[in-house]
Amino acid sequence: VSPAVRRFEHGSRVPGWDEAVDLAKDPAKVPDPATTPVDPDLRAEIVAHMAKYPDHRSATIPALAAAQRRFGWLSPEAMEQVACVMRLTPAYLDSVATFYDMLETEPKGRHDVYVCTNISCSMLGARPVLDALLEATEDDREDFNVRAFECLGACDIAPMASVDGVYVGPLEPGDAEAIVAAVRAGREVLPDRQLIRRPVADPQANTAVPGPPAAFGALEDPPVPPAGAEAAAAHGAQPMTDDETREPGDEQTDDEDDA
Amino acid sequence: VKILFKDIDEPGLNTLEVYERRGGYRDLRKALSMTPDAVLHELETSNLRGRGGAGFQMGKKASFLPKGTMDKYLVCNADESEPGTFKDRELMQKNPHQLIEGMIIAAYAAGTNRSFIYIRGEYQQQADILENAIAEAAEAGYIGERILGSDLTLSLVLHRGAGAYICGEETALLDSLEGKRGNPRLKPPFPANQGLYQGPTLINNVETLSTVPHVIGMGGAEYAKIGTETSTGTKLVSVSGTVSRPGNYEIVLGTPVREIVYGLAGGPPEGQTVKAFFPGGSSSPVLTGDDLDLAYDFDTMAKAGSMLGSGAIIVIDDSVSMVDVALWTAEFYRHESCGKCTPCREGTNWTVKMLERVESGLATPMDLDIMASVCEQIIGNCLCVLGDAMAMPVGSMIEKFRGEFEEHIEHARERAGLGVSLPQVEPQEGGPYPAAGVAA
Repeated sequence: VSPAVRRFEHGSRVPGWDEAVDLAKDPAKVPDPATTPVDPDLRAEIVAHMAKYPDHRSATIPALAAAQRRFGWLSPEAMEQVACVMRLTPAYLDSVATFYDMLETEPKGRHDVYVCTNISCSMLGARPVLDALLEATEDDREDFNVRAFECLGACDIAPMASVDGVYVGPLEPGDAEAIVAAVRAGREVLPDRQLIRRPVADPQANTAVPGPPAAFGALEDPPVPPAGAEAAAAHGAQPMTDDETREPGDEQTDDEDDA
Repeated sequence: VKILFKDIDEPGLNTLEVYERRGGYRDLRKALSMTPDAVLHELETSNLRGRGGAGFQMGKKASFLPKGTMDKYLVCNADESEPGTFKDRELMQKNPHQLIEGMIIAAYAAGTNRSFIYIRGEYQQQADILENAIAEAAEAGYIGERILGSDLTLSLVLHRGAGAYICGEETALLDSLEGKRGNPRLKPPFPANQGLYQGPTLINNVETLSTVPHVIGMGGAEYAKIGTETSTGTKLVSVSGTVSRPGNYEIVLGTPVREIVYGLAGGPPEGQTVKAFFPGGSSSPVLTGDDLDLAYDFDTMAKAGSMLGSGAIIVIDDSVSMVDVALWTAEFYRHESCGKCTPCREGTNWTVKMLERVESGLATPMDLDIMASVCEQIIGNCLCVLGDAMAMPVGSMIEKFRGEFEEHIEHARERAGLGVSLPQVEPQEGGPYPAAGVAA
């Protein structure tokens, strides 16, 4: 069994499934705004999320994610604050939070390291990578939340991991130390193996782009949003007529000649 | 023919400036100069089929939305979690404006006034890129009220999920978007009639919507000339597993699988051959090395007893044990089952337990029959197809590789010191059958 899914007796995924309910206790109500202190930044963020949707309840996941960023995990205190702002019961939020893998209702390490252990990654050795990462962070559970994860959608760099949202791969067990060291030092994790800098695998792609596509790792800047303006300016000199751009007929490259 | 990938690695393509220089938002202008019905007609003529897994015709789906002035919704399904699939990630990260343009055109054709992109929570970098692109598009007047002087008014909100495979199922996605647990809903009513906030809703995959501007640009009839008669256009395939060049490839539908696996992705390592492959993500029944010469399109894959699904080919070579693959597959679905329907919740759990017995040698070949019957009883008995998505591939592995499973059981039993599973005794006339599995 993979250590991915925490399971309790009888395969239940819900902690406390076998604990009796305290019938004498009143159910938790929607917290009273007059007596519930809420972090002002968190409140502002949740209110902004609620304003985006026709029904403010849609903001539940973004609000819980914001609270998790603020408090580290979804503690009862965090839940109460979200419930207070959103006018929902803590029990409702709990039902949502326990459903999603990225929301944690128990204390977790500061940095999330998700190792994909799905079919493609496992075939290429993801489980030893996971073991190595678990071992490397064994004495530091406060800083690291290393866990196996479902398919992260990056089988092209299998076996891979998501380190605080940054996809890196392909990994070997020996990379565990480097990853841990980089996270501790606040450096970029394995910059040469980040997914975001990888060009597309299709050799016949980019037919409309003049010049050969940049080799893997050769892009100077990853296409991270705000930085795009400079990159665009740098490449702005290339003449690009409209006719070149949207003509499906003129790039009839031989799809058949590869083999 | 490259349509979606023709300039995918252009530096800065994720910015509005470069995208517009590459001809971006020109097709939107063209669409807005037509009537919504004409745009819808182009989409129907193109025969563009949904790229998310079901392969339903996109134009037809959009035409199901009722007419009227009520709030209608367009939702882009960017919760790409099907194991083996990573094509939408590439599109959103490198060309987010193409998706936004496609969404605006689709909204115009279907008459929706609010739109959402539901992106999986793990795609944090991609979500940031999309968020910036949406802000740029709104700034430039492509999103908002009276877009480019037309009657079209559209809002676009990026919604981040928090890690749940089931939220890729359209009705579960809607529940999740409404701020609930992502449980699938009973169908009918279909989302086209009663979807998000009980309003008419059109849900499409990222790749489908990204293709929409090109369909409008070249015309539906022109697009329909690419590919086969019933599977038109190009498709992104995500090839992974034991191949030397894994990645996304844009192919014309109808290309032989061998050409994709060997020609494009480089095939398995030296000395290995393809034992099996998932043709459309881990939910599709596996095909064997003998099926490599089939054409990769919706109908051929369906005829071969599998499906094109999301277009994710996972290649399994000789060196990998099918028992392991079956166990990894089943474990995933057990974890991801939302727990609403009993056959799926219990069936996935039991299948994992039985596969663990196979793995450790506690099983007998009879367990394979039980497993097959469990799979049979999941299929078609749940609200959504998550249970089926485990039962079909695992069932197909047992069916096609039964010999390997049995061999594995015998070897594992021997290692565990349990003796052979089946007593090598013929049943006696009138006597009791020897009990299976206790021969040690």
